[in-house]
Amino acid sequence: MSDTSLATPDNPIYRRRVWVNRFNLVMSVGTMLFGMTFLLWILFALFSKGLAAFGPAMFTQMTPPPGSDGGLANAIFGSLMIVGAAIFVATPIGILAGIYLAEVDRTSWVAKTTRFVNDILLSAPSIVIGLFVYTLIVANVKHYSGWAGAVALAIIAVPVVVRTTETMLLLVPNSMREAAVALGAPQWRVVTMVTLKAVKGGIVTGVLLALARISGETAPLLFTSLNNQFWSTDMNAPMANLPVVIFQFAMSPYEEWQRLAWAGALLITLAVLLLNIVARTLFRQKHQ
Amino acid sequence: MTTDTGNTGKSNSFAFQDKLFARTTQFFALLVLVTLLGIIGSLIMGSWMTITQTGPKFLVTDVWDPVRSLFGGMAPLWGTIITATIALVIGVPVSFGIAVFLTEMCPPVLKRPLGTAVELLAAIPSIIYGMWGLFIFAPLFAETLQPLMINTLGKLPLVGPVFQGTPNGFGVFTAGVILSVMVIPFIASVMRDVFDTTPPILKESAYGLGATTWEVVWNVVLPYTKTGVIGGIMLGLGRALGETMAVTFVIGNAYNISAKLFEPGNSIASSLANEFNEASDPAHMSALITLGLTLFMLSFIVLALSRWMLSSLAAKEGKRT
Repeated sequence: MSDTSLATPDNPIYRRRVWVNRFNLVMSVGTMLFGMTFLLWILFALFSKGLAAFGPAMFTQMTPPPGSDGGLANAIFGSLMIVGAAIFVATPIGILAGIYLAEVDRTSWVAKTTRFVNDILLSAPSIVIGLFVYTLIVANVKHYSGWAGAVALAIIAVPVVVRTTETMLLLVPNSMREAAVALGAPQWRVVTMVTLKAVKGGIVTGVLLALARISGETAPLLFTSLNNQFWSTDMNAPMANLPVVIFQFAMSPYEEWQRLAWAGALLITLAVLLLNIVARTLFRQKHQ
Repeated sequence: MTTDTGNTGKSNSFAFQDKLFARTTQFFALLVLVTLLGIIGSLIMGSWMTITQTGPKFLVTDVWDPVRSLFGGMAPLWGTIITATIALVIGVPVSFGIAVFLTEMCPPVLKRPLGTAVELLAAIPSIIYGMWGLFIFAPLFAETLQPLMINTLGKLPLVGPVFQGTPNGFGVFTAGVILSVMVIPFIASVMRDVFDTTPPILKESAYGLGATTWEVVWNVVLPYTKTGVIGGIMLGLGRALGETMAVTFVIGNAYNISAKLFEPGNSIASSLANEFNEASDPAHMSALITLGLTLFMLSFIVLALSRWMLSSLAAKEGKRT
C-alpha cells in the first residue's frame, strides 16, 4: 500500500502543496511583523524626538515666536476647550439618533437612509467637513473661531457615537424590553431605565472612541479654528489647538518649533492611545 | 393600553409620551441626514462659480495658476488617485497577510493583543504619520531604498520611467507608502472580521479532505467572504482618497501630472490644506471648493459601494445560520 499513499515526501504534487503552504504562511507572519514594525517605529520616533521638549514648561508656557523656546499651554487649553465642546454637543445627538435607529424604528426608509448616511459620514474625508463648516459659519460671520472648530469636530464625532449606540442597543435581548413593556412602562422609560442601562459601558466606550478620534483631527480645524499665538479663552475668536500648532511648527524651518511639535505629537498620541485602551478595557469588562 | 379602562387619562398620557419620545429621537436621526445634505448643498453653492464658468472641463484641465486666475483640477485629482492606488497596491496584500495570520495561525494568547495593536495603528492621528513621514521616513527612504529603486526598477523597460525622479525622499510615491501604512489597519480589521464569519464546518470539511491551511484560506474562506473583503478594500480606498495631513507633509505640493512617482505632486486634500486659507480671489476659492466637492463625491461613491458589499455579506450570513 505504500506506493498508493499520496502524503509522502516523494509525491511531487504533495511536496509542492506543502511548500506553497509554508511559503505563504511565512509571508503572512512577515506581513504581521511588517505592520508591527511601523507601530513600534512610529512610537519609538515619537519618544526619542518628543521627550526633548516634553516637560513642565510645555504645560505652563505659551507657544513661542519663531526661534525661541516656549511651551504649548495655550494650544493644550484650546484643544481641550474645542474637543470638550464638540463631544458635549455630539454625545446627546449621537445617543438619541442611535436610540431611534435601534429602539424606535429599525426598518422604515428614514431609519435605513440614516444608517447608510451615518456610515458614509463615519469615513467621509475630514477636510471636506472643514470646508462645510467654513462655508456654513466662518464665511458668514467673517472670522475664524473656536466654536466653528467645535462644530466641525462634533460632525465627525456624531457618527461614531450613533454607530456604537445602535450596535450596543441591538445586543440587548428583546425579552428585557418585553418584560418592561409588560409592566406597563412607556417606551421612553423602557429605553432609559432598561436597555440604555444594560449597555452603559458600551456607550461610554463609543463616546471615548469618538473623543480619541477627534482629539487628533487636524484637517477640519485648519479652516475653522485656525490658530492663535496667545492665550485665549474666547471660543468666538481664532483659537490655538494642538494639531494645527503641530502642523505649523513641524513644517517650519525653526528647530525650537520642530522640537515643540514633536513634544506635542507625543502628548497627543499618548492621549489618543490611552483613550483607546481605556475604552477597550471598559468594554471588555462590561461584556464578560 | 385599551385594557387600562380605569385610568384612561394615564394611558393617553403614555401614548403621548411615546409619541414625543419617537419624534424627538427621530429629529436627531434626521439631523444626521440633514448634515449630509448640508455638506453637499454648501459644497455645490461654494463651487457654483467654477461649475458655471468652467464646467466639467475643470476636471480635465491641468493648469493651476492663481496669478492668472486659471484653475483646472486634473493635477490634484491625478495625485489623489495615484497615491490611493499605491496605498492599495501595498496595503491590500499586507492586510490580507495580517488577517490570515490573526484568524488562522495566531496562538490564541496573542490573538487579542496583536489584534488590539493593529487597531491602535489605526488610532494614531494622521498628523503623526505626516510628521513621521517628513522627519524619519522620507530622509531614510532618500538615502537607502530610493536610489536603489531608481538604479534597478528605474532601468527596466516599460515600467522604468515610473520609478524615476528626484531622489530627495518626497513625492507621490512616499505619500502612497505612508497612506498604505495608514489603511492597512482598516482593511486588515475588516478582513479579519469577515474571515471570522466563515462557518467552521466549511473549513473543517476542507481540512478533513486534507487541505493545507493556505488552501483552506484561498479556496474556502476567501470565496465565502469575497464581497466582504472587497468591501473592506473599498473602505480603505475611501480613507486613502480623503487623507489630508499625512499626504500634505510629504507629497511636495506641486501641480504636476507625471508618471514619475518620485516627483512631487499634490492630492485634492493636500491642495486644500495648503492653499485654502491663503485664497482671497473668489475664483481661486471656488476652484478649491470644487476640488472638495469632487473629493466628496468620489469618496461617497467608494464608501457607498463598500457599505453595500459589506451588508450583502452580512445578509448572507444571516440566512445561513
